Amino acid sequence: MADKTDRKYTAEHEWLDIVGTTATIGITDFAADKLGDVVFVELPKVGATVQAGKVVGEIESTKSVGELFAPVNGTVTEANSAVVDKPELVNEDPFGGGWMIKLEVADASVFDAAEFMTFDAYSALVGE
Amino acid sequence: MSDNSASEHPVTEKFSPLHQIHLHGGASFTDFAGWQMPVSYGSDLTEHHAVRNAAGIFDISHMAEIGVTGPQAIEFLEYALAGKMSNLALMQAKYSLLLDEHAGIVDDLIVYHNAEGEYLVVANAGNHDVVVEELTARSKDFDVQVMDHSDATALIAVQGPRALEILQATEGLDVLEGQQSLIDLKYYWTTSATFSGDSVYVARTGYTGEDGFELYLDTSNAAMLWQALVTAGAPLGLIPAGLASRDTLRLEAGMPLYGHELGRDILPAQAGLGRAVHFTKEGDFVGRAAAETGPAEGARVLVGLTSEGRRAGRAGYSLVDGDTVVGEITSGALSPTLGHPIAMGFVDPKYSEPGTVLDIDVRGSKIPATVTALPFYKREKN
Repeated sequence: MADKTDRKYTAEHEWLDIVGTTATIGITDFAADKLGDVVFVELPKVGATVQAGKVVGEIESTKSVGELFAPVNGTVTEANSAVVDKPELVNEDPFGGGWMIKLEVADASVFDAAEFMTFDAYSALVGE
Repeated sequence: MSDNSASEHPVTEKFSPLHQIHLHGGASFTDFAGWQMPVSYGSDLTEHHAVRNAAGIFDISHMAEIGVTGPQAIEFLEYALAGKMSNLALMQAKYSLLLDEHAGIVDDLIVYHNAEGEYLVVANAGNHDVVVEELTARSKDFDVQVMDHSDATALIAVQGPRALEILQATEGLDVLEGQQSLIDLKYYWTTSATFSGDSVYVARTGYTGEDGFELYLDTSNAAMLWQALVTAGAPLGLIPAGLASRDTLRLEAGMPLYGHELGRDILPAQAGLGRAVHFTKEGDFVGRAAAETGPAEGARVLVGLTSEGRRAGRAGYSLVDGDTVVGEITSGALSPTLGHPIAMGFVDPKYSEPGTVLDIDVRGSKIPATVTALPFYKREKN
């Protein structure tokens, strides 16, 4: 996967690692820290069609519930079963083993149209 | 993703006297009633388990400390609070409730009898202003002074099975001559100590379900005492712990949290706190008549709930019987100690019997939950 400085970011504290028409999606270290220890992850089924802005998964910590949003319209091509079995991966390795899903879009231009943040813009947003 | 626990930023932020220590300790912070308090120092689960198995040290300096002194202190407290105060022995502590005239719960608090004619009322940070106002207003017909010491007082809790050893091993912390020793100090009793010459008020109280102590002292000495406790405790497994673990610990112990299980719209009897209201005490107290009348017929009551799997019901989720909403969860989490979800919530009385099975409505999907007697977790006493 691309270095986290080369990924795209959303205001919902998700990252996207985009290769062609597919994006690997996870939550940022900032989001994982805010949630606390993650104890439960629920992800959409492979093959599911998702809509931008809609909730597609849940990430629960001991103290709160976070939601995974689809950043773009697309189809789920993979869901990370490792993170479902071992939710602590979200805290231990949010940019790596803690990834959530892979989404395929109809055309790569969808990613450009979504106007995601750069790493620097996202870092500024969360004050780091 | 979004975090539903995020709270609005207050106009002014308050900082604990231990804030610098928390910053250096790598804490992440949360807003709690306008205070920036440590939510965790890394892993709230690790902190939770440390308290159950060894010890944790908490900064709870955001709590409100209000002094009540004067010749009529007892009479005043008997009138202002729901519990019986006249039998509170010197150096004893008591859990009590501040009720409004409708017997709604304004706050739950602990009253410490720390000297002859001197009491310390410790209230929740979120209710600081209203408790100070109410106590002051209720004191006008009594020869008594109500003084807010909150800004000058630090409060450190050391909780866990090794808490006693840790306090005993803490350099510079000494119980005063003639005062109760730490080892003989009973639950809900207090003793006077010094730390490097300054006075520390030590209570065997807590909010975790474990043995432990709460130490009150002047803010100026708080950082030094914290460091001394950590130095003594680290070899015994003590780690700093934040509000996230404090919440899961108190939930396992079945202890109510104001704003969740307690509030103005809840009468003590509904929350299982009838024992904190003393109808046998002489004279009137605020909320007495309404508390005697009790909750309306059919008013919901607090219960514990357990379920299977890993997905927990959370505050605000409905409890349903078929398609009928029969209650609501007020606190819930996956219990770190027990390994399954636990919750507290209010249900219609006919669903309050232990063993009753309900469904938790988790945003459309239903998770079965069984009504269970509180607490969920009780420590083994040695």
